[in-house]
Amino acid sequence: MSEEIAKEQALTLWRQMLMIRRTEEQLAKSYAGGMIPGACHTYVGEEAVATGVCAHLRHEDAVFSTHRGHGHALAKGVPPREVIAELFGRVTGCSRGRGGSMHLFSPEVGMMGTSGIVGPCILQATGAGYSFKLLGKDNVGVAFFGDGAMNNGAFHEGLNLAAIWDLPVIFVCEDNMYATEVPFAYATKNQDVAARARTYGMPGYSLDGNDVLAVSQAASEAIQRARSGGGPSLLHCKTYRTRPHAEGMRDAGYRTPQEVESWKQRDPIVTLKAKLLAQNLAEEGDFEEIESDIKAMVDEAAEFAKNSPYPDPATATEHIFSV
Amino acid sequence: MMREITYTTAAREALAEEMARDPSIFVVGEGIGVRGGNFNTTQGLYELYGPMRLRDTPIVERGFVGMCTGAAMTGSRPVVDFMFFDFILDSFGELFNQTSKMQYMSSGRLKMPIVLRGCIGIGGSSATHHSGSYYPIFVHIPGFRVVMPTNPYDAKGLFKTALRGDDPVLFLEHKSLLNVKGHVPEEDYSIPFGQAAIVREGTQATVVALGSMVRLVEKASETLANEGISIEIIDPRTLAPLDIDTILQSVHKTGRLLIVDETFAPCGVGSEISSQVMEKGFDDLDAPVMRLNGLHTPTPYSPALEAAVVPNAQTILQSIRDLLAE
Ligand SMILES: Cc1ncc(C[n+]2csc(CCOP(=O)(O)OP(=O)(O)O)c2C)c(N)n1
Ligand SMILES: [Mg+2]
Repeated sequence: MSEEIAKEQALTLWRQMLMIRRTEEQLAKSYAGGMIPGACHTYVGEEAVATGVCAHLRHEDAVFSTHRGHGHALAKGVPPREVIAELFGRVTGCSRGRGGSMHLFSPEVGMMGTSGIVGPCILQATGAGYSFKLLGKDNVGVAFFGDGAMNNGAFHEGLNLAAIWDLPVIFVCEDNMYATEVPFAYATKNQDVAARARTYGMPGYSLDGNDVLAVSQAASEAIQRARSGGGPSLLHCKTYRTRPHAEGMRDAGYRTPQEVESWKQRDPIVTLKAKLLAQNLAEEGDFEEIESDIKAMVDEAAEFAKNSPYPDPATATEHIFSV
Repeated sequence: MMREITYTTAAREALAEEMARDPSIFVVGEGIGVRGGNFNTTQGLYELYGPMRLRDTPIVERGFVGMCTGAAMTGSRPVVDFMFFDFILDSFGELFNQTSKMQYMSSGRLKMPIVLRGCIGIGGSSATHHSGSYYPIFVHIPGFRVVMPTNPYDAKGLFKTALRGDDPVLFLEHKSLLNVKGHVPEEDYSIPFGQAAIVREGTQATVVALGSMVRLVEKASETLANEGISIEIIDPRTLAPLDIDTILQSVHKTGRLLIVDETFAPCGVGSEISSQVMEKGFDDLDAPVMRLNGLHTPTPYSPALEAAVVPNAQTILQSIRDLLAE
């Protein structure tokens, strides 16, 4: 790969992660300011996973996500303004105010929903894989889910179905070590997640989920294989959320400040920047330019959301059925 | 003369014809491939369409319902064949939180063309894990169409509508009806949802009969006709949407209403019909609305017990007589 291309690709990933980070920070601020009437689970610290995977997806590929799904929606191409407006409960939100944080939909770009229920995304992504195979398309279904979903029946059932029928599905486990306050190590005897993939008969990857280049590399391989009929894969991405489970929740008693601090040292955005600078692949100015672009974009998005109208109450029962 | 075919054959014809027309339709279930379905629902189709469209599954009801929900969101049209409808209970989380809500949550930008079919009902000492009906639960939830054909003609016409629409449809086939024969035309037709059938016209009382109860109520009405008593029988055919207008018009004429339903009374379809008639047709009523339901109990095995928990010819006759005496 030429140095120019490597630089451009790395900066694109960096920009995407930063866009997610700044949007999340805006949402956290808005939450504190009372602008968000419902729940808000941020993705701060985990940006490398969605960014690395979605870099290889097209709009026609279908992403199914979780309660911690802002990053997936943003990485899949939902503009920050539509995400922020949705959390504000406005009609300009990506779900027209029907969903909020845990129901972000934008089928136009292949964002098939974040979810308030842990698990179903795994099955739905499998179903998207089934559709694509049936209809002869080279698209893939992608499920993002936390370590908390790993012991849910949907994980077992979905991975097995995708494996026996060689479906084009990518299962992405975002292992941030906790399900709310329950350690993965408590909930799971065998924590070798990639080994689980092999028991279902599919390749499993053990990845540093804070290294966007590593995630991107593995995702590229898995997605290529899925597109060309080679079946599903499981990516186990070890990462960490540096904010509380949800905004407004306590963040003590189950993890130490030292642990949180040690993961902040491994911030995916900071480490990629340092790496690119050390390798002379980019200069300080490249990052400053991106920073100011993103700031303008997120500021504008928040302004847009704040100025958007609420949905008309008379429409509360629309769209239950297709006709 | 119009040909006669069984209920199961009629439904299978609808499926076969629609599968030929629309390559995005596929069926999942246990034994629906080479075997042709425990209830012959897919007999002969595997040979025509192969494993991708007649997909035998492992025994994972939650898994394949969730999978088909995702498939319906991404351009295909799944038909889930539960065999016994009881097995759907393993997938309630997927159905109630996902399948039924996707169109709404996406503000109408996603469609949910999925048909969920299975055999319902008490009979043949099937006992309590193979006798369930459960349709009132689905009527209660926004986002489901609930279809319950009671004869071959309706089975084919309603299945066609289910397969051509974009909503989640529960297509419920009562076990006692599967081998019943009836007239079904050769040419293509479909029956819209939300249109009740007036099975028999009459003047003195309206009986809304659900599922397998339609045939029993018809028999009772013949007995009563011999005594000079005239009963109007309505088969709603679809419970969601429910054609309350046809029921109201009938009650306007007869002044009396009985709902006969094999399954449980509490929070049931009869309670709903009764409430709506009181809200919208109170002045037409000459007597309190009555219900005749199966007993509120798990279904027992022994024929002696099983027969005791469902309405029969006698209890139906008695209920109608009671209603007329009010
Ligand atoms: C089926 C179900 N049970 C319980 C919950 C409540 N809940 C919301 S988030 C959460 C923890 C999820 O942990 P994990 O999957 O690891 O995701 P993370 O929050 O760590 O990103 C729980 C238990 C839920 N949303 N769904
Ligand atoms: Mg977690």
